[in-house]
Amino acid sequence: MVDAIDLGALRARLARVGTLDLPALEAEEIAVLGRKQGELTARLKALASIPVEARREAGAALNALKGEFEAAFAARRAELVAGRKSAERASVDLTMPGRARWVGSRHPVTLVIDEIVAIFRGLGFSVALGPEVETEELNFHALNFPPDHPAMDMHDTLYLDQGGAGTERLLLRTHTSPVQIRTMREGPPPHRVVIPGMVYRNDPFDPSHAPAFSQVEGLAIDEGITFVDLKATLAHFARRFLGADTRVRFRPSFFPFTEPSAEMDVGCLLCGGAGCPPCKGTGWMEILGCGMVHEQVLRNCDLDPERWTGWAFGMGPQRIAMLRYGLPDIRLLYGGDMRFLNQFGGLAG
Amino acid sequence: MKASRTWLEAFLRRPLDAREMAEHLGMLGAPVDAIESVGAELAAFVVAEVTDVRPHPDADKLRLTTVDDGSGTPLTVVCGAPNVSAGHKYPFARLGTTMPDGLVIERRKIRGHASEGMLCSARELGLGTDHDGIYTLDTDAAPGTPLLEVLALGDDRLEIDVTPNRADLLGHKGIARELAIAYAAPFRLPAIPGEADLDLPAPARYADEAMVGGVRLAIVDRAGCGRFLAAVIRGVRVGPSPDWLVERLESVGSRSINNIVDVTNYVMLELNQPMHAYDAATLAGPAVMARAARSGGEALVTLDGVTRTVPEGTLVIADAERAIGIAGVMGGEATEVGEGTTDVFLECAWFDPRRIRASRRALNLPTDASQRFERGTDRWGAVDAFRRAVRMIVTVAGGTVDGTTVDCFPAPVHPPRIFLRPSRVAQVLGVELSWTEIERCLVAIGATVVSKPDDGRIAVDVPGWRPDLVAEIDLVEEIARVHGYQNIPTELRPFRPGLRPDDAGWEAAERVRTGLAAMGMREVMTMSMRRDLTATGPAILNPVSAELSHLRSALIPALIEQVEHNWAAHTRDVRLFEVGTTFRARAGARPDEALHAAFVLTGARQPGHWRDGEAAAHDRWDARWAFERLVALADPTAAVQVEGDRWVAVRGDGTPIGWCDELEADSPPWAAPLFGGEMRVAVAASEPPRFVPLPHHPAVARDLALLLGAGRTVAEVVALLETRGGKLALESVAVVDEFRGPGLPDGRRSVALRLVFRATDRTLTDAEVDKAIGRLVSMLERELDVTLRSA
Ligand SMILES: [Zn+2]
Repeated sequence: MVDAIDLGALRARLARVGTLDLPALEAEEIAVLGRKQGELTARLKALASIPVEARREAGAALNALKGEFEAAFAARRAELVAGRKSAERASVDLTMPGRARWVGSRHPVTLVIDEIVAIFRGLGFSVALGPEVETEELNFHALNFPPDHPAMDMHDTLYLDQGGAGTERLLLRTHTSPVQIRTMREGPPPHRVVIPGMVYRNDPFDPSHAPAFSQVEGLAIDEGITFVDLKATLAHFARRFLGADTRVRFRPSFFPFTEPSAEMDVGCLLCGGAGCPPCKGTGWMEILGCGMVHEQVLRNCDLDPERWTGWAFGMGPQRIAMLRYGLPDIRLLYGGDMRFLNQFGGLAG
Repeated sequence: MKASRTWLEAFLRRPLDAREMAEHLGMLGAPVDAIESVGAELAAFVVAEVTDVRPHPDADKLRLTTVDDGSGTPLTVVCGAPNVSAGHKYPFARLGTTMPDGLVIERRKIRGHASEGMLCSARELGLGTDHDGIYTLDTDAAPGTPLLEVLALGDDRLEIDVTPNRADLLGHKGIARELAIAYAAPFRLPAIPGEADLDLPAPARYADEAMVGGVRLAIVDRAGCGRFLAAVIRGVRVGPSPDWLVERLESVGSRSINNIVDVTNYVMLELNQPMHAYDAATLAGPAVMARAARSGGEALVTLDGVTRTVPEGTLVIADAERAIGIAGVMGGEATEVGEGTTDVFLECAWFDPRRIRASRRALNLPTDASQRFERGTDRWGAVDAFRRAVRMIVTVAGGTVDGTTVDCFPAPVHPPRIFLRPSRVAQVLGVELSWTEIERCLVAIGATVVSKPDDGRIAVDVPGWRPDLVAEIDLVEEIARVHGYQNIPTELRPFRPGLRPDDAGWEAAERVRTGLAAMGMREVMTMSMRRDLTATGPAILNPVSAELSHLRSALIPALIEQVEHNWAAHTRDVRLFEVGTTFRARAGARPDEALHAAFVLTGARQPGHWRDGEAAAHDRWDARWAFERLVALADPTAAVQVEGDRWVAVRGDGTPIGWCDELEADSPPWAAPLFGGEMRVAVAASEPPRFVPLPHHPAVARDLALLLGAGRTVAEVVALLETRGGKLALESVAVVDEFRGPGLPDGRRSVALRLVFRATDRTLTDAEVDKAIGRLVSMLERELDVTLRSA
């Protein structure tokens, strides 16, 4: 009969657990706690044969000892494993480079567009798109350009070669503003849309111009919309986009399709307001044009300007990307040089 | 528009700071693009007094002078000018001063005597062509005073970016009016120095015909010429203008021509009213008329010496016989005022802006005058400008007005009256402005508030110099502008958010961009116009250059070019993608616009690592996977198929929408093969994926090495297994190996497939799976002649 009470021998073995090496530790675990031959297991089984009045006390003592053994084995095992790892590491040069994977990236301009769009989506705007080939009606006339406005000169606008066919003169849209008209003619207000897209001008392809570039435009039309909403929303945008302490100012300007019209300046991104050559020493940089939607534009979309008011804005992501990333030449943004693209996130290569 | 600080100071009668002015003008809607310092090259020169003059011992024509330049030390200066005399003051260049021509004044010996500086002539200072010795200054200023303070030459030239609506800002008076708003200061016309005491009654009013100083004046084209003021001034002396007039013109970069022409230019730059002076003796008739050019056009030599043919209908000024000027654009050489002119016919007119724009376009001849008439001049203010010009001509060139001056105004009209509702101001601006503030703003721009509010409206007579103000909203903008945009609150107020969904094309493009970037490719944004020899893309009528002659019909050609540029820069590993619009020409219709996505891959599959060495280059199987990913992103309803020797993406209805292949390119010998693909992006909103319950029972996998005969494809084998797999659930089939070569029956290759079976309701037994495999193998052999390799 196994002595269920005298635990002296087992306690002695428990004290020695901390000195065992890994194979000995594994053997001792089996010898003590093993399901079949374990000494402690056997004693727990033997409890059944002792008188009931002694059983409870002996059982508690054995279970407590079992817990102590389990903790001691786990602690010794962890100690041994950690020791082996550090011994291994001592022989490894951890300064050697890791195994790289190619990393992809978004283009700086689509990144800027996405950021702008995301901020306006957060302000209740939805994305609207429109075709890049447009009619004079939608690109100019509906937007209140007078019939002989200089913008319609071939000097400024790219027209499609229609080979004499076609009823309407087609052009490459000079701004995303035709999508304002499409939106307003599509259904009743309220409208709250942000319009990213490519636009075209008859400009040379040189370090500071491109004949095709992106624009992000916005339009909000509803009852009770005012110049205060325009200022507040765009100032909020600027602070979300460029930082909470961004300085913003609005200056009067002129566009045929807005009145009152404004330019929004932000504190110069390069000098922080101290004045530098790119900001002509003013400490300010023009970042977008905006204004209250012109009454005539509303009328051209069958909206009563006495009831509906609204505002619109437009900005150029390429220019913003050039300022933000310090690019000297806009043509870099149209190229695919991996050495350039690698600078916009991810690993080299 | 170039504006002079000192000219504006003359209007406001106070000193102005150029930077501060620029700031104010910008905040009023007239940004200043540049400030140029005029006279800055003379900043180092000082006033000096010659205290003693004595002959040069070794040179007859030279003198030795003692000069007081305010420094306290008398200087010895050698001077060759005959007019130098003691007790007079002259401009002085100290040692080290740089002359306007770039020469630096240094201590040097002239015939044995050192000269410690230089006394200057007007010519040496770049101030004129006067050869008569050094410039004698008529001044009380102490020696050492900066020359610019004495000559009042220092000025700032402001380059103002005038928006197309603001005609009035093309004259200094209009700019002065804006500054008067900014500084809350009065302004008035500068005085004409030495103005002649001239009794000049108001011009006599006529309709469309009058006699003026013996010349018959007629407005024949009443639509084109709305008003014509004229004077004949006889006995003028044409010659150089007085200094103040020359300086005014030069301060804005305008060259002095002669006193008569200078007056017309001065008044134009000051009051935005272009005028023209004719030599009255050259006028046939004598008569002057405003009429349309005759049928077949009319030829004339303009002031620039060019013979031009004026198209029929163009508004011209003519005498009794011929056109003598293109109205509002440029005068003619034959009637030009020159040295021999004694009698001048002065024209001051209002022309219809549309007619002048048409003339300028037809002749491609933009001028200072056409620019102003095109925007619209002040047809009421023309009278004051005209009278000022007549006074100035008599002042600077003498002569007398022959008879009375005339004013032909065929259809007299008043400046428009606009009714303004303060409630509308609040509705648009979002801020309630007081009556007094609204009135202050309107008065500041020169409008007259005619009546006080009774029915909630006020009547506003707009000034003649603001042809852009025609409707109530125009006044709302002016009120906002003068009140100050910065004084309108910036508070986010409640708004109704939009409910319309984002454009499906945007969502699709974003999905593809994000997905392709996640595959390790770099996004590019190439030029959407390019040369297109196939003319698949629409041609541009007026392309920027021959290289940008068409809209692109595909993205791949530009991507291949970008790979070649990378190769040229010795970059071997290139992975690019683009998502953008492509265009297809359609005869007689708008081009088809489609969103495309494309990629190119070449070079190492992954970066090299020291443990593994260089990674293998991308091959066609990398390309196939990339293409499958692209198809899954761009059009989940499409599938990849084999067509000939390349892959294509085909929609459910059989429409091919994309392809993937190895690409031809101008590659260096060290380049890896180039692969690419392109497809049309479906703009339909994508369906969210549906959850499939996770399996509860383990799967059983079996590898089969199969022998496929020539021409037999894996796709056929897999399709048969998947469609006719029987009741035991075949979860997936994967290709794990391919082997070709000796040891195989002729023409056959070995393909190893891994078949995974799984039941949803129980754990499969080996026996069940073995039985199923046996059935599948015999089916493959029977139907496709595909056998087990071991058999
Ligand atoms: Zn700056």
